[in-house]
Amino acid sequence: MICDVLHPGQLATVQDDGRVGHQQEGIPVAGPMDRMALRVANLLVGNDEGAAVLECTLVGPTVRFDEHTLIALTGGDLAVTAGTVPLPLWRPICVPAGTMVSALAAVRGCRGYLGVAGGIDVPRVLGSRSTYVRASLGGIDGRALRRGDRLPIGNPTELGRRIANAVAGDRGRDRVTIAHWGTSTSLLPRYASSPVIRVVEGEHTTLLTPESAQQLWSSEFRVGAQSDRMGYRLEGATLALKAPCEILSEAVAFGTVQLPPGGNPIVLMADRQTTGGYPRIAEVASVDLPVVAQLKPGDRLRFRAISLAEAQRLYLAREDNLRQVRAAIALHHH
Amino acid sequence: MRLAPLGDRALLVHLGTSIDEATHRLVRAVYARLAAHQVPGTIELVPAFASVAVHYEPSRVPADVRGREQRSPYERFADRVRAVLADVEADALPAPRTVEIPVRYGGADGPDLDAVAAAHGLRPEEVVRLHCTATYRVYMLGFAPGFAYLGGLPEEIATPRRPEPRTAVPAGTVGIGGSQTGIYPIVSPGGWQLIGRTALRLFDARRTPAALLAIGDVVRFRALAADESLDLAPA
Repeated sequence: MICDVLHPGQLATVQDDGRVGHQQEGIPVAGPMDRMALRVANLLVGNDEGAAVLECTLVGPTVRFDEHTLIALTGGDLAVTAGTVPLPLWRPICVPAGTMVSALAAVRGCRGYLGVAGGIDVPRVLGSRSTYVRASLGGIDGRALRRGDRLPIGNPTELGRRIANAVAGDRGRDRVTIAHWGTSTSLLPRYASSPVIRVVEGEHTTLLTPESAQQLWSSEFRVGAQSDRMGYRLEGATLALKAPCEILSEAVAFGTVQLPPGGNPIVLMADRQTTGGYPRIAEVASVDLPVVAQLKPGDRLRFRAISLAEAQRLYLAREDNLRQVRAAIALHHH
Repeated sequence: MRLAPLGDRALLVHLGTSIDEATHRLVRAVYARLAAHQVPGTIELVPAFASVAVHYEPSRVPADVRGREQRSPYERFADRVRAVLADVEADALPAPRTVEIPVRYGGADGPDLDAVAAAHGLRPEEVVRLHCTATYRVYMLGFAPGFAYLGGLPEEIATPRRPEPRTAVPAGTVGIGGSQTGIYPIVSPGGWQLIGRTALRLFDARRTPAALLAIGDVVRFRALAADESLDLAPA
């Protein structure tokens, strides 16, 4: 099956669960900005949860499948329609062959995910289909979608076929059908446009001046215009260290908050480099990374410190939620 | 050796505070040990100048033995890392590989060679000779796919970066930035002084491994004659 790209949108890329295992070669992980959205999009269409989906940013794209297809939309709300039918998030949806699926513009959040039963079947590069534009890896020739691209779609799993049959049912395959069930929002990240982001202390948090430490926890930061898949530049309070600090380049993580000499923190995101040499003043709790991923330039955020043990407790609880979603879908389509 | 969390899904093993041969050997020994005796839950390892990072999946870290109050995944994981590294020694490292990089210096390949020479009161040939005589060590990879941080640049040719970075430096370009030298693996913006270029592919996604250089490698540069073709350089 083929998915035709009629309009590429602002920045739509193929992403799977990331290019893991090559960071010692300096190769970034890339992968989804909102990993929870990617995983749920796949579960709703019966895929392995790390299969390749489309990550769509702010505006567009418009695509068309050449066969009756089971899809799911998750993450940010880009006001997606199939023909004239507005589509909900977090539910399996069947669209007939030839229907135009269009993402108009973000009404909530920043990044929408389009999962397709069978997954997007572009070739793996270094073990992953994730697009990393800076080194032209993965996806379609290592770049964002363009008009006229034809995305190969893999074969749906047995579970995917059962979900599709249940959703389309006897209502036929010539109209858009939406499942009566979906993922409960209580299991999902708490998306918000001015969120409080939970972080654990970084290794260099204690090097901040007392005023800067206080500002880190009390002031509001704005997501800068220069923010992208690599990192979010935060504007607002300018933070300073008690003394200049020489740090040897070493590994960084998704959610590491670095402090460059200019004093404006940077939150490292999916396309981050593997290593960095700036002080690390905080680390975003993994459960709140999807919330950060849905912020747009101009949105605001605050930080709140939690303990590492608490961050990991929340993480394990989130993983349990996903297990529940997976088990419930499998059970109902047995 | 000091362990510290790097967020809630990674841990850093700190092995020193400076870039030197002893620390580097310990990094390699720890990296080799953690690769050979993977602690359950490990996703991948990232060695650097003076540390090795272990990215791990908290939900896959084995539970404590029964009867004990469950500690956090980090505490459990760190304990196992410590146990694996308890008797690690830098003595038993395999001999390093030597990689020769043929470089065409100066001209369009190295537009800053003359400026580097002038900055040190040297002739361009002397800069090339010094750059080729030294033996370099790959201390780590990072910054870009296949980019190797090389130690060993002769102090006589250490040169500050350019005030204005270039927007696109071609892949294979050899540069000097401060006391470091390196090779741009992919076309990228860059502020280093560009002195030459190699036809070797420092990064090739179709190759395994994709990076030409690995931590611990010994690197030497060899000057190609001006009339020698860059593309005919031995791979």
